[in-house]
Amino acid sequence: MDKYIMRFSKTGRAVYISHLDLMRTITRAFLRAECRLKYSEGFNPHPNISIALPLSVGCESVCEIMDFKMLEDMPCDEIKSRLSTQMPEGIEVLEVYEAERKVKEIKWLCVSGVFEYDERDAAAMAEKLNEFYSADSVVITKKTKRGVGESDIRPAIKEISFEWLDSDVRMQAVISAQEPTLNPELIADALRQLAPDIAPDFAKFKRLEIFDENMEPFR
Amino acid sequence: MDKRLERILPKVQKPARYTGGEYNQITKNKDEVELRLAFCFPDTYEIGMSNLGMGILYSTMNELPYVWCERVYAPWGDMYEQMKQNGVALYALESGDPISEHDVLAFSIGYEMAYSTVLDMMDMAGIPIHSADREDLLPLVIAGGTAALNPEPMADFIDIFLLGEGEEMNNELLALLRTAKVEGWPKQAFLEKASQIGGVYVPSFYKPIYNDDFTINHFDVHPGAPEKVTKRIIADMNAVHFPLSPIVPSTEVVHDRVNLELFRGCVRGCRFCQAGHVYRPIRAKSPELLAEQGKALLKNTGCQDITLLSLSSSDYRCLSELCDDLLGYCEPRSIGLSLPSLRADNFSMDIMHRIQKTRKSGLTFAPEAGSQRLRDAINKNVTEEDLLHTCRLAFEGGWNTIKLYFMLGLPTETDEDILGIAELANQVLHTWRLYAKNKNRGVRITVSTSCFVPKPHSPFQWEQQVTMEEYIRKVHLLRDNIKAKNVVYNWHDPQTSYIEATLSRGDRRMGSVIENVWRAGGRLEAWSDYFSFDRWMKAFDDAGVDPTFYAHRLRDKDEVMPWDNVDVGVRRAHLWHEREQAYKSELSPDCRKQCSACGAAKLLKGGKCDG
Ligand code: SF4
Repeated sequence: MDKYIMRFSKTGRAVYISHLDLMRTITRAFLRAECRLKYSEGFNPHPNISIALPLSVGCESVCEIMDFKMLEDMPCDEIKSRLSTQMPEGIEVLEVYEAERKVKEIKWLCVSGVFEYDERDAAAMAEKLNEFYSADSVVITKKTKRGVGESDIRPAIKEISFEWLDSDVRMQAVISAQEPTLNPELIADALRQLAPDIAPDFAKFKRLEIFDENMEPFR
Repeated sequence: MDKRLERILPKVQKPARYTGGEYNQITKNKDEVELRLAFCFPDTYEIGMSNLGMGILYSTMNELPYVWCERVYAPWGDMYEQMKQNGVALYALESGDPISEHDVLAFSIGYEMAYSTVLDMMDMAGIPIHSADREDLLPLVIAGGTAALNPEPMADFIDIFLLGEGEEMNNELLALLRTAKVEGWPKQAFLEKASQIGGVYVPSFYKPIYNDDFTINHFDVHPGAPEKVTKRIIADMNAVHFPLSPIVPSTEVVHDRVNLELFRGCVRGCRFCQAGHVYRPIRAKSPELLAEQGKALLKNTGCQDITLLSLSSSDYRCLSELCDDLLGYCEPRSIGLSLPSLRADNFSMDIMHRIQKTRKSGLTFAPEAGSQRLRDAINKNVTEEDLLHTCRLAFEGGWNTIKLYFMLGLPTETDEDILGIAELANQVLHTWRLYAKNKNRGVRITVSTSCFVPKPHSPFQWEQQVTMEEYIRKVHLLRDNIKAKNVVYNWHDPQTSYIEATLSRGDRRMGSVIENVWRAGGRLEAWSDYFSFDRWMKAFDDAGVDPTFYAHRLRDKDEVMPWDNVDVGVRRAHLWHEREQAYKSELSPDCRKQCSACGAAKLLKGGKCDG
């Protein structure tokens, strides 16, 4: 068997582990589990693992994907059960399976968000948010390497809706995962730029599912 | 997670260091324990998580079923600001609960520059910094670590100091505290009882009485408290509890590796060295146990590096055999084995060759002084011949980076000794020219100097530190005499060393200076980002305390030292004898050649060192 995929979640305190630190943390978990990863050749060998769609710090996810290669074949269930006792709090192995599809085929991401309003009436906000995002384009300014640029984030949002629940506004959206990649934080940032009166005091996001271009869950 | 924290964390650098939740952290049900202890390290997470002692004691204290010991580190500046702005009090990593909910704050103080951070952490926890202002038994503030061996500068702030190695003593104290809490003892009654435990120093029981010139006349000792408190040691290193499943940080720390402690203590007796005296006598673990523990640690952490720690690894009797055993495990798994603190001798090079087959990182040696005379005076038993021969083997073996560490301002030092440093560096370069295997790769020799800080409990505890001006003069002299372009010279600034010199041999009057520094915003002062010399000078001024009194004054032979109530085992007469030997530039034998009856043997049951 050549390539495996591990699907895992990253929630709770683990959301503050950065992408790079996560790679190291997982490599160590493999070592402890005595699941021997295949390493790259060369002067400074490193394990052949890659986590698709790096998650930003603070964002939760129940649909992370990592592909890896093993030195020797091992049944997927065995890998999963060995790894599951080796993870820090908040990282949970959901599934290990043989990789058949390319990560490139991931196209859409389903994300939820919680928008918190400290002093304003959150109930009134949901409607305004829906209205704001019913527009055809939402052009924001972004800092890039080459300076400040403009970009329309709306085409990268396939579906979006807001509703009021438990004193916060809940968001649910399907956004483009790759080409272009939309960081869900930009959904709140756009409000800060363009509609500060309905921008949340704090927003946090959670990835729920990844899809291919036909909106089939990617496995 | 605390809502406020959830908002702060995305804004700060490396937030994972503020969350806990790492693999192998110890969590307990707070309703099922009787004592909650906040184990505070007065520096950053990255430094604290690399500290072996803290890892050991975290585990031994948690062995007590009625205690939950959690970790607390000092937040970096950005996090500190955010916490202040949002009213978030200092919290423990495992539970996220504020420290004010804990029964005990235990500080591990390894170095003096952490003192202001200790005060800051108490304040961030919302606890009064002065011991006298904490009238109730709880929270109790205790402290240990090397810096505690002169407890006086922090005496006003800490309720109890624990002197020496903590594995047994900490748990004895916690057992007593458990009873005191259940029975509702007043603080004073608890302190009196606690002072009967070996190694426990209750600073409020020792009141310094000063002479007119601010030297100490004597201490008024509280009735019932011991005249002198003797540090504790673990007699049998093979039997002591040692955690085999340490916490694996989820973010990068300074020393991200398995630390294996070969032995405690040192047989050498370098006269400038505090560690070499205060950790005596030498006590080693067996090679079989070490190999077993090393492998278990690697397996349980998934670390890809292991370091053999001790003050002077070459002095471990079974080093060769242990290295072979570990290499047998490490090599097939591409695990790196490293050995710092090797001496410059044949035997060590042989081992280096074996362990660094592929990765030839730089080699570091610390001759400490440039001339043989001065090396003899400080009892650093290394000859130029040893050093050059070792360098030859290194160059032949393919190494091309050598670092050499020296101190300037050592007692008896002359300009000639300083020029000797430049000469020695030239000799090393010459050796490279003669013997390097592959000269195309070039060579890099780094000479570093720092300003000598006289330390309590060492033979140089009576000495004066050179002034900063004099240190700089010495630096310039050396710099002007290092001419080869392959030799790089770095020097540490003398300001920190000067402050360190005032703190390390400070008395109780230093407490107000430390407090002033903290009130003026001083914290994390071991970091140049945060150290401010001017703030210290102003703090001295405001307290009416003269820093030169501590740093630049030669003490009389019989002067009462602020740390005289602390007995580390080594007799004062031995230290003085060693000092006299220094002034005659005479070597003393190491413990293995001949015991010089320093006094430390009395700490062992049989009264005899393993040597
Ligand atoms: S008593 Fe002797 S052998 Fe033991 S530490 Fe002192 S000098 Fe060394």
